[in-house]
Amino acid sequence: MATTTTHASVADRAQPPMLVAGPVAWMRANLFSSVWSSLVTLALAYFLIKFTVGLIDWAFLKSVWTVPTDPATGKLNPDACRQAKGEGACWAVIWDKYRFILFGRYPYEEHWRAAIVLVLFLGLFVVSAMRRFWRPVLALIWVAVLVSIFTLMWGGVFGLRYVAQDEWGGLPITLILSTFGLACAFPIAVLVALGRRATNLPAVKLICVIYIEVIRGVPLISLLFMASVMFPLFMPVGLNPDKLLRAQIAIILFAAVYLAEVIRGGLQALPKGQYEAADALGLSYWKKMGLIILPQALRLVIPPLVNTFIGFFKDTSLVLIIGIFDLLTSGKVAVTDPIWQAFSTEVYIMLGLIYFCFCFSMARYSQSLEREFSKSVRR
Amino acid sequence: MSNGTQPAIQLDKVNKWFGQLHVLRDVSLEVATGEKVVVCGPSGSGKSTLIRCINRLEVHQEGRILVDGTELTDDTRALDTIRSEVGMVFQSFNLFPHLTILENCTLAPIWVRKMPKAEAEALAMEFLTRVKIPEQAKKYPGQLSGGQQQRVAIARALCMRPKIMLFDEPTSALDPEMIKEVLDTMIELADSGMTMVCVTHEMGFARQVADRVVFMDRGEVVESGTPHEMFESPQTDRLKLFLSQILRGH
Repeated sequence: MATTTTHASVADRAQPPMLVAGPVAWMRANLFSSVWSSLVTLALAYFLIKFTVGLIDWAFLKSVWTVPTDPATGKLNPDACRQAKGEGACWAVIWDKYRFILFGRYPYEEHWRAAIVLVLFLGLFVVSAMRRFWRPVLALIWVAVLVSIFTLMWGGVFGLRYVAQDEWGGLPITLILSTFGLACAFPIAVLVALGRRATNLPAVKLICVIYIEVIRGVPLISLLFMASVMFPLFMPVGLNPDKLLRAQIAIILFAAVYLAEVIRGGLQALPKGQYEAADALGLSYWKKMGLIILPQALRLVIPPLVNTFIGFFKDTSLVLIIGIFDLLTSGKVAVTDPIWQAFSTEVYIMLGLIYFCFCFSMARYSQSLEREFSKSVRR
Repeated sequence: MSNGTQPAIQLDKVNKWFGQLHVLRDVSLEVATGEKVVVCGPSGSGKSTLIRCINRLEVHQEGRILVDGTELTDDTRALDTIRSEVGMVFQSFNLFPHLTILENCTLAPIWVRKMPKAEAEALAMEFLTRVKIPEQAKKYPGQLSGGQQQRVAIARALCMRPKIMLFDEPTSALDPEMIKEVLDTMIELADSGMTMVCVTHEMGFARQVADRVVFMDRGEVVESGTPHEMFESPQTDRLKLFLSQILRGH
């Protein structure tokens, strides 16, 4: 190296040589660093390519997108799908059933209302995610959206047809349960986490500990059963809150426990000096918590918080067992149609994609939040 | 509230235990308004515990502590009032890392004193100028050096316009070259007439500003007097030993 220090070679070295940086070097270092590693790389590449080719073949090249209507019966004729079975996907089932999967048994001609509800939800998510809306007005937006959503779903006013809650279904149910479940569970969780650490209020602390341990020790399914089957038995005759509300409360109580424990982790991770500095300035308990402790503690626990959020978004599908028609239920019911019974894979792929879109967005959003917050605390 | 003769701080036979460990034994101490008291002693002597009892970050178990004429009890309202009158500077700065320097300083005036934001910011800038870092106002604590952070901590406490300032080993966590800038700030504050209680190992600082030095060992006040008396003619063997150790280090 020392022999090549002419002007030309220095100019050449303005960029690192290909074998030290760049894609070739990267592949050498990471994929072909030894004989074994090269063999593993080649084997994995073979399977990856074979799988991808097979998937493209199945999903796009040999797939059936639509099937003709049988003129004799007026129903769809899935023969084309049956012939392609095993080689190509039958997307015709999605094409035929997508409205049922999205909206369940909601009256067909009123689907536009449920569709507006979905748009409202997406709008609510986008607005809530933007930091410039993190002001008290956001609470008003939430209440307004909540009222519009339930007005649209129920109807019975403004000339909208009344739709009983039993007929609601699909994605709106999943979004109602998860969004309002987590939104209500979060403030409860903060209070419970603070309560569990209130050593100078032993009664409050005991209640919080019992609440956390009892609910956490019981599966969500049994809590949902309690809410749907046992709870009405204890209620006075005539007073029977609807099934969705009962499931919603069960989910809130359950999610609050998990969130509370995550938040408690953040409270404990903060150095004692932060509490003392706030005390020394004469801040009252709630100001200390609201201005100093919680803003820092919640930032610390963004990853596990979002983890819990994502978990609960998917756990709402457990309401299937108490007969609430959420997204997963409507997918399952869609494939009980005799025409489509053999094509559940395609439906489940679509359901999986819908769940994935929501969960992946949450994950990405949490990463961007973490990045933004770490800017201010970076040393 | 305070008349001319009433001491700013009054400790009367204060006792405290951590479990079985008796950390404060019958400590009595009076600090007059405007007086500067330096508390020194070997580590584990209870000096930090003593100063932390004065704004009840630690709770004493026996005896009475009066701050500005008000006794410290479980009454949290009264306690928050006392704390807002007593500024505290910690060894580890304890700035709020999620807030800017300016927000660190304006937080308590706005939320405890109910001061309008603009007024609080003007006040904060005034004190940040006094500790010589007004240009850092928009930065976050993590972007400042240790010495700068400690000066911000002093400014933050001063923004509450406290009657008394407590310093708990304010220079012990600092690199040597930053100790002077913090001590200079404290000397300036002392010259302005502030009542100060300061736990420190900086004997040069004690000589320069202290009206009185209190020497503690094993939880009790062993000796106290003017810096001159204490350093030139120590009466007890414990103080002699302590001085010989601490002076050897300097």
